[in-house]
Amino acid sequence: MVMNPTAALEVKELLMAYGGRVVMQDLSFQVQRGEIFVIMGGSGGGKSTLLKHLIGLKKPAGGAILFDGNDFGKADEQTRRGMLRRMGVLYQNGALWSGLTLAENVALPIEEYTELAPDAIAEVASLKLALVGLRGFESYYPVEISGGMRKRAALARALALDPEVLFFDEPSSGLDPITASRLDDLILQLRDSFGTTIVVVSHDLDSIYKIADRAVFLDIEKKTMTALGNPADLRDNPPSEEVHRFLTRSGDIEGRSVSGHTQERISVP
Amino acid sequence: MQVTIRQQDHTLVAGLAGDWELETPIPRFDRVVEEGAPGGQLQAVAFQTTELGEWDSSLLTFLLQGMNYCEAHDLEFQDDGLPEDIARLLQLARAVPEKVVERAETRAPFLARVGTKGIASYDAFLASVGFLGEVAGSFSRFLLFRTRLRWQDFWVVVQSNGSGALPIVTLISFLVGLIIAFLGAVVLMRFGAGFYVSYLVGYGMLREMGALMTGIIMAGRTGAAFAAELGSMKITEEIDAFETLGLSPVDHLVLPRVLGLSVMMPLLTIYAMFVGIVGGMLVSVTLMDLSMTQFIGGLLTPVTLADGLLGVFKGTVFGLIIGIAGCMRGMQTGNDAGAVGRAATSAVVTGITLIIIANAIIDWLSALLGV
Repeated sequence: MVMNPTAALEVKELLMAYGGRVVMQDLSFQVQRGEIFVIMGGSGGGKSTLLKHLIGLKKPAGGAILFDGNDFGKADEQTRRGMLRRMGVLYQNGALWSGLTLAENVALPIEEYTELAPDAIAEVASLKLALVGLRGFESYYPVEISGGMRKRAALARALALDPEVLFFDEPSSGLDPITASRLDDLILQLRDSFGTTIVVVSHDLDSIYKIADRAVFLDIEKKTMTALGNPADLRDNPPSEEVHRFLTRSGDIEGRSVSGHTQERISVP
Repeated sequence: MQVTIRQQDHTLVAGLAGDWELETPIPRFDRVVEEGAPGGQLQAVAFQTTELGEWDSSLLTFLLQGMNYCEAHDLEFQDDGLPEDIARLLQLARAVPEKVVERAETRAPFLARVGTKGIASYDAFLASVGFLGEVAGSFSRFLLFRTRLRWQDFWVVVQSNGSGALPIVTLISFLVGLIIAFLGAVVLMRFGAGFYVSYLVGYGMLREMGALMTGIIMAGRTGAAFAAELGSMKITEEIDAFETLGLSPVDHLVLPRVLGLSVMMPLLTIYAMFVGIVGGMLVSVTLMDLSMTQFIGGLLTPVTLADGLLGVFKGTVFGLIIGIAGCMRGMQTGNDAGAVGRAATSAVVTGITLIIIANAIIDWLSALLGV
């Protein structure tokens, strides 16, 4: 399949279904290399499901997900492993392996994919932990550190193999505003320093406006994407009422004109 | 809490008075109307609240009943007589849009349910076979040095199922040995064959009960633990983290557990056999006036090494079954809060059921082969 050479990831007419029920359909977008792309939408709107499709945990019911031109759903095991090797994922709760120390968590993917000597692996693991501000915590177990530190440690693990594309599932969830903002800074720094392509699932508007180059909006009612573009542009020129309400934290849009349509008052006290 | 009803033209006026609190029973709006204006030609319902005292959700519940009643009977619900805050809360209760969630039909027809169950069972069978294949693949990779065993996890399993399991295995096996000896004493002594109780105890513990009881104990203890551990890891996305890194969760999580248990089960079985025989000997010596020499002699003469080896073989097979069943149920855990509990229960049930079936098959085969 032909793909835009600047696109790191391409989603083509993706259909997501669960138990015969359509979750989202007609999803088509590209994530350009080096951009921070946010998947946004309301709770239960299929954002995390889309992420699971993008990282290969779920197979599309239709359409395709191309990673460097390779279709994730049709790739053989070797190709798929190669694709996964170039991705990193930060899960909502970190998903650190609880039986391993932080250094072992970071070291495990390096052990699996490289022939480095154990002491070299330990050094790389320490470096990755230091990059996320966890120098000196190598021997700690996940249960011994705070939620914010766990997320950073999970980020260090996601960075272990220097991924080309990093996926974040709700990075700010469960974090206080200051810690969440620091994590946003870290995401920006990663992109600026390493040119990593970053895909973030979020509904945190502060974070979205701060980090996103572009965003896609998933509309739970219409079961498809209804907006694609820069979040600030989408806020100023919302293509739909839902997008406007989401991007302005608005429950009340009395008489406001959205894309030429005058909406009736929707009252939420 | 007091409701007075009067009819004014075609409007029913409900006077709400006193304190409305959840501690006291809430009157039914439809009954109040039917008692207050039986058969009246009504067009609207209004309220008077000048004597209303303290109120809480009980009053709102009553008024919501009223709104539903008016809707059902095509009456106008006049809320202008209600205090402003109550009217606003009522509007809020009615205004919140219900989230549209597509739900499956509550009860499908009988044939559809049978079909759905059949398909689900077939899918579960395929999933089990698939998992078995993954474990076999992982084991072969381990034998070919193409995957690294997490020795740390392996030794944790060995320790947990070694010294950690000894107290319960000791207790149960000792008591099973006692029970077999009691049974033998009662039955055999009637025929003057009390001497053979040692044969019964030895034969029973070596061929059957040593492995079987250890298997049942370990299914409840370790099978459930495996399912709970892996189930928790599934819920916290730790297993997903393996998959998205292109690593096999079976290699890293299942293999060390299954191997660890398979190594320890034969050893525990041998230990259980020994303890059971000691239990049986205790009964024989104290209850039947057999000497220890007579008991051991009666045991060693007819019981062969093959009986012991058969028990050890069973123990190894049971270890594999318990390990694989426990890990499989753990890996199949759902995402809700009760899923881990269900996985653990299912691991125990699956483990014990398969152990009994495997025991019957091995006994049948050994009878055919004359072992």
